[in-house]
Amino acid sequence: MPQTIGVPRECYAGEKRVATVPDVVEKLIKLGFAVAVESGAGDAANFSDDSYRAAGAQVVEGAAALWSAADIVFKVRPPTMDEVALMRAGQALIGYVWPAQNPDLMQALAARNVTVLAIDSLPRTLSRAQKMDALTSQAGVSGYRAVVEAANAFGRFFNGQITAAGKVPPAKVFIAGAGVAGLAAIGTAAGLGAIVRANDTRAEVADQVVSLGGEFVKVNYEEEGSGGGGYAKVMSEGFQAAQREMYAQQAREVDIIITTALIPGKPAPRLITADMVKSMKPGSVIVDMAAEQGGNCELTVPGEAVVRHGVTIVGYTDLVSRLAKQSSTLYATNLFRLAEELCKTKDGQINVNMEDEAIRGLTVIKEGSITWPPPPPKQVAAPPKPAAKPAAAAEKKSAHGGSSEPLPASSLAIVFGIGAVAFWFVGAFAPATFLSHFTVFVLACFVGYMVVWNVTPSLHTPLMSVTNAISSIICIGALVQIAPPEMGGMRPDGLIRWLAVAGIALTAINMFGGFAVTRRMLAMFQK
Amino acid sequence: MSASLAAVSYLGATILFILSLGGLSSPETARRGNLYGIIGMALAVVATVFGPRVTSGGIGWIVMALVVGGGIGFYAAKVVKMTQMPELVALMHSLVGLAACLVGYASYVDTSVEFTGVEKAIHEVEIYVGILIGAVTFSGSLIAFGKLSGKIGGKPLLLPGRHFLNLGLLLIVIWFGRAFLNAHDVASGMTPLIVMTVISLIFGVHMVMAIGGADMPVVVSMLNSYSGWAAAATGFMLSNDLLIVTGALVGSSGAILSYIMCNAMNRNFISVIAGGFGSGAPKPAAAASAEPQGEVTPVSAEETAEMLREAKNVIIVPGYGMAVAQAQHTVCEITRHLREKGVNVRFGIHPVAGRMPGHMNVLLAEAKVPYDIVLEMDEINEDFGDTDVSMVIGANDIVNPAAQEDPSSPIAGMPVLEVWKARNSIVMKRSMASGYAGVDNPLFYKENNRMLFGDARKMLDEVLGALVKH
Repeated sequence: MPQTIGVPRECYAGEKRVATVPDVVEKLIKLGFAVAVESGAGDAANFSDDSYRAAGAQVVEGAAALWSAADIVFKVRPPTMDEVALMRAGQALIGYVWPAQNPDLMQALAARNVTVLAIDSLPRTLSRAQKMDALTSQAGVSGYRAVVEAANAFGRFFNGQITAAGKVPPAKVFIAGAGVAGLAAIGTAAGLGAIVRANDTRAEVADQVVSLGGEFVKVNYEEEGSGGGGYAKVMSEGFQAAQREMYAQQAREVDIIITTALIPGKPAPRLITADMVKSMKPGSVIVDMAAEQGGNCELTVPGEAVVRHGVTIVGYTDLVSRLAKQSSTLYATNLFRLAEELCKTKDGQINVNMEDEAIRGLTVIKEGSITWPPPPPKQVAAPPKPAAKPAAAAEKKSAHGGSSEPLPASSLAIVFGIGAVAFWFVGAFAPATFLSHFTVFVLACFVGYMVVWNVTPSLHTPLMSVTNAISSIICIGALVQIAPPEMGGMRPDGLIRWLAVAGIALTAINMFGGFAVTRRMLAMFQK
Repeated sequence: MSASLAAVSYLGATILFILSLGGLSSPETARRGNLYGIIGMALAVVATVFGPRVTSGGIGWIVMALVVGGGIGFYAAKVVKMTQMPELVALMHSLVGLAACLVGYASYVDTSVEFTGVEKAIHEVEIYVGILIGAVTFSGSLIAFGKLSGKIGGKPLLLPGRHFLNLGLLLIVIWFGRAFLNAHDVASGMTPLIVMTVISLIFGVHMVMAIGGADMPVVVSMLNSYSGWAAAATGFMLSNDLLIVTGALVGSSGAILSYIMCNAMNRNFISVIAGGFGSGAPKPAAAASAEPQGEVTPVSAEETAEMLREAKNVIIVPGYGMAVAQAQHTVCEITRHLREKGVNVRFGIHPVAGRMPGHMNVLLAEAKVPYDIVLEMDEINEDFGDTDVSMVIGANDIVNPAAQEDPSSPIAGMPVLEVWKARNSIVMKRSMASGYAGVDNPLFYKENNRMLFGDARKMLDEVLGALVKH
């Protein structure tokens, strides 16, 4: 006898989603289950009773009949106390529960001796669990919808255009929080052609922001904001001050702000103050996706769109319901994947296997006993980053090691010792005229040493050809020999002249050729 | 022009030369640096020609020599291909060396300036040393030119007992130096001088013959340095400070380049000059113990194009093979194409890639690759982890992981580009032959590595074709 999955109509006000859709009904039946759907369950999401019937589901009139027929109930919103009263022992319930926020509900459910799998308690860091992650799928939908709401309330194009009627600048969108919803909003806004900036306390999401076409705005303060489990944590005072400053600046610059900052189990952080709203251009839009948890903006009115200081502040708490067909389809698929995990034998019987890490996390009540919170996961998928960066930077050696690294004292002493002996030798034996040349020579070596270290490695070939050209200064030596003024003494003029002429010709090749080829090479270097 | 005016002009020329080298610190200022060099040189030559040391009778000769030499120089600079730059530079070094010899001889036979006592001895030592350095530079550079242009084989010629041979030559040179200093007139001093010159020439030939192809960057920069010292020695000989300063500038420049190149190969300057790679004992043992395991995975040009197209970050590592195949223009085309598609393409240049310092940079610049995407090893090595595809074109030892992983490898400790840290690497190579160092490359056997066999130019053309088609 296969178990029956029951899908009641959501009774929460304004909730338009439904826990399964006709396409998924077919798949559930293939898994061996029978499916019962309450009449009118899918109406708000544009799924008619007939479409469920066509998919093979049985359509039941009235909630009471459905709850009594079902062995497993698929829901979206947490059950109301009325619904809990309809449950019978041994039944299973799968849907949002929020056990931390709803302790009374948990007690009531446990008292009914049922099994409850809270889709919101899925261990999200398990990659295997991603296909069941309804939080992610729903957040993606709401992020998309937030941009659509913003576009609706905003009086201009998102993309920049140059039209016959004039130039339209692109809208600037700032997105606070780059979680799933934030990232979906970034992608959607960028897709509409806006300039998108985003910020998150977790620095590691910067790459994801950029990959979706956004620009990551950093808070000018060093602190890592990963709170484990893929959520952000509460940040320090200093960080928050720097963050406020950054938000204030963004508020002055951008046209649209979408805030998505949530900290699990806590009221939403207040990011946008009334003053910041005042500083925004008239006609700007704020979409506060955290309205349900109190809002990221001081002036948000949950559930409503209001105009304050010329800025439209959208505080809708039902963004996903405003895209009910899409969000229901994704949610239904998440639950179907969970059903697959629960029913590996495909015989229409669920098996709540508490050895399975994903299912253990999901199960908040097992046959009447509360099993929440689950034991900590066996391993953290993403260990906190080691703070060993500075060490790596110190290790990094420049190719120009010789110029930057001080020599060890012992070898330095040897070098100075040899230098001193050499200098003493020269000083003791060489005549004064030689010494002046020697001074020039040694100083020139040092100048050359200092100058050449600054040459960028990509220009080493031009450096060689230009030094080669310059070394044809030896030409001077030949020039002064070719026809010196009479000094007396014997001088085989003819021989010297030919030697000198040959020397000049050879160095001239170098001189002209060297400079010309350097010029040619340098002309090629371009940005 | 008075003597003082000439001296001041020399000072101006000196400053201009220093500014010229300083200008090369970045590509933006480099052109101006070259201009400073030209002005400095013109100033020095004009000040000398119209200065007190040259009478009007010589001007005709000077103009003739300058026109002939300058014409040849301009012609050579115009026709030389960028892949032939190392040869040209080596050839030009030899000219400086030869000129230093000629000036040395001319100075010796010129008895119009009388020296006595210690000054005479010093003057003669200066001549002797000047000619010695000039001759070594001359013959060494000629051999380097021959090796770089392929006229002489690239394999090091290792004569038995070559270190003793060099030592013997040095002793003979010193012996004849004594005879030279003791000579009373020009005629009797000429014999030791000529013998020394011949020995120096042989020494230069022998030194460069013993050095193999991949060490050429060191040799070329070392000869660059020698040509500077030759100029400085000539300056001492003629008591000319401009020559001394300029020679010292060039000499230290070349010496620093040699040092950088040696560092980049984790090798000692002495051992490079002494010649041969891994000529010590550990080589056979290393070859036995470090036999890489695994299989190589060949790919086609189309697959390469596909990998490049799907990548977000690409790093291209060019080597001497790219220069040989003249493939830099195709590489640039591929780069431009990928960049238009939004792929972040950059180049990683190992300091000793190619046959002279900065060789790859010049080739890429010639092909009009923007220089701000051409990065040094230190700048880019950390980025391989975030790279989707690293493409190695005609390079081997500079991307060999054995340098880091296998302490018994002959190239252990040499800094290398860590291409294997990219998600995928593609190595373009003609065959499975090992690189210059004779070390097998474990990179080829890594799981994420693909081999694209064939001539670099031909293969890259095919890759480009496949890229454009889609």
